Amino acid sequence: MLTTIFFLSSGLFLGWSLGANDAANIFGTAVGTKMVRFRVAALIASAFVIVGAVVGGSGGSETLGRLGAVNTLPGAFTVALAAALTVLWMTRLRLPVSTTQAIVGAILGWNVFAQMETDFGSLSTIVSSWVAGPILTMVFAALLFLLVKKLLKHIRVGIILQDAYTRAALIVAGAFGAYSLGANNIANVMGVFVPVSPFSASDFGLFTLSSAQQLFLLGGLAIAVGIYTYSHHVMQTVGNDLYKLSPIAALIVVLSSALVLFLFASEDLKLFLEARNLPSFPMVPISSSQAVVGGVLGIGVAKGGKNINLNVLTRIAMGWVATPLGAGVTCVVLLFIVQNLFALPVFE
Amino acid sequence: MSSHHRLNVPGTPALGVQIIMAILFKNAITLEVKIHHYLDNVTNSGILFREGIEDYLNGDTTQFNNKLADIRKNEEGADALRREIRYRLYKKMLIPESRGDVLGLLETTDDVIDATKKVLGHFDVEKPRVREFLKKDFSKLAQASADALDNVVKADRAFFNNKEGVEDYIHKVHFYEHQADQLEEQIKKNIFESEEIPDLAEKLQLRDFVELLGSLADQSEDVAERLSVYAIKRNP
Repeated sequence: MLTTIFFLSSGLFLGWSLGANDAANIFGTAVGTKMVRFRVAALIASAFVIVGAVVGGSGGSETLGRLGAVNTLPGAFTVALAAALTVLWMTRLRLPVSTTQAIVGAILGWNVFAQMETDFGSLSTIVSSWVAGPILTMVFAALLFLLVKKLLKHIRVGIILQDAYTRAALIVAGAFGAYSLGANNIANVMGVFVPVSPFSASDFGLFTLSSAQQLFLLGGLAIAVGIYTYSHHVMQTVGNDLYKLSPIAALIVVLSSALVLFLFASEDLKLFLEARNLPSFPMVPISSSQAVVGGVLGIGVAKGGKNINLNVLTRIAMGWVATPLGAGVTCVVLLFIVQNLFALPVFE
Repeated sequence: MSSHHRLNVPGTPALGVQIIMAILFKNAITLEVKIHHYLDNVTNSGILFREGIEDYLNGDTTQFNNKLADIRKNEEGADALRREIRYRLYKKMLIPESRGDVLGLLETTDDVIDATKKVLGHFDVEKPRVREFLKKDFSKLAQASADALDNVVKADRAFFNNKEGVEDYIHKVHFYEHQADQLEEQIKKNIFESEEIPDLAEKLQLRDFVELLGSLADQSEDVAERLSVYAIKRNP
């Protein structure tokens, strides 16, 4: 039992850092501008992240599993550790980092170390989703912005009531955003452990949780701990320093990025679209931070912005390469150490 | 002067929805009502000011004293409302993004109310003798000031209701302020060129009153200046 918890710890650490960083993408502006109290934001974010993870989290894990099925618990531990260290290290360097890109790099590192063949179909699906995520968010944000602007012109609510409505909408959108974050990103945290899950399906009377869902629940709790212990500070930074958005613009950014994360996580939607022979979205974990940047850019475009900061885009694109590369190399080194120094089987 | 009709809930949703909205957004709705009550008070001050000056020029002391008493009562009411609005804004955490702006706006608007009270108060204390040839110009100046005030209240209301027209009203405030300035200068010249007023002290006293009458338009313009910035800031 104790060894199990130890091996899961790297994943839980990833979950903690996800909660610490990514909850700010959902509630950062709302809390930073004092529209929503941190207490409220943290409670809603935690609850809905956990629900999203447990209810809708399986899709992304399957995709990551196809990329590389890490087949021992020590191996999964090392892969998650490599991703977590990369995230930590890049955060220290103040580079825009994505848990998604770190875990994919680490899995690729495991594939190399274990001399497994990488499924390039899955890899190209994943990488193209990374590119599509922020772009799609940008398009959604621009369209939503124009729509909301028209709507506001039409209904003409007084400014006090408008703020009250905006606040309520920020909370609802935040709940949706947290659900989507949980559903879409839990694969980053717990995905590598799914094939080697130490749990078995359990019946809780009212509902049953599969072994993967129990992992997701644990990961969701780790995310919640990250939200409560560390995200307040990040939210203040996002809300006040990084990009100053009006509450309505913030609402649109949250909604559009939540929508994109949802699209890339909802299996029901995928089945619905496929049944009607429509193009569907692959189940891929997307970086919520990069989606948010896309959303902010989208609002800039809708406002007729002339000075779109290309620097931001280059930094994101750099992250698509640097993060997986860093995590991959770290993973190979760590796997070597774990295998040879601690004599643990990192692959079968 | 009820202002409930100004509450701008979009469309007319079903009764159940209305009740839920009323419960959910009780604080915001109450605050909107209070702000509109406050603006009603400002309008009242402008009307009382305009009529009070007219009564004074007509020599109707009883009516003038009534207006002065009313304007004082009105100012007290406005002060109480403003304090309550400030309390609600901060205590209930309403409109955090622009509550500083809203408060600043109400505080400067309050200067306008104060100015109306102050002008009538000075007339009451000093009882300046306005010669017949000056009365028409004094009346015109009071009217220009009152018009500036009226339009700044309209601009405030459009701003709070998120309605178009803020810029129009602000423009009108500037127009009347300019008109008041011109009148002020003309009247002062008339005063000092006049041989009907022999005493320099009296000329100086009248000059002060001309400036007092015009101060209302200046205060209104100060509010308008702030408002034009806030209106741009609120644009999403």
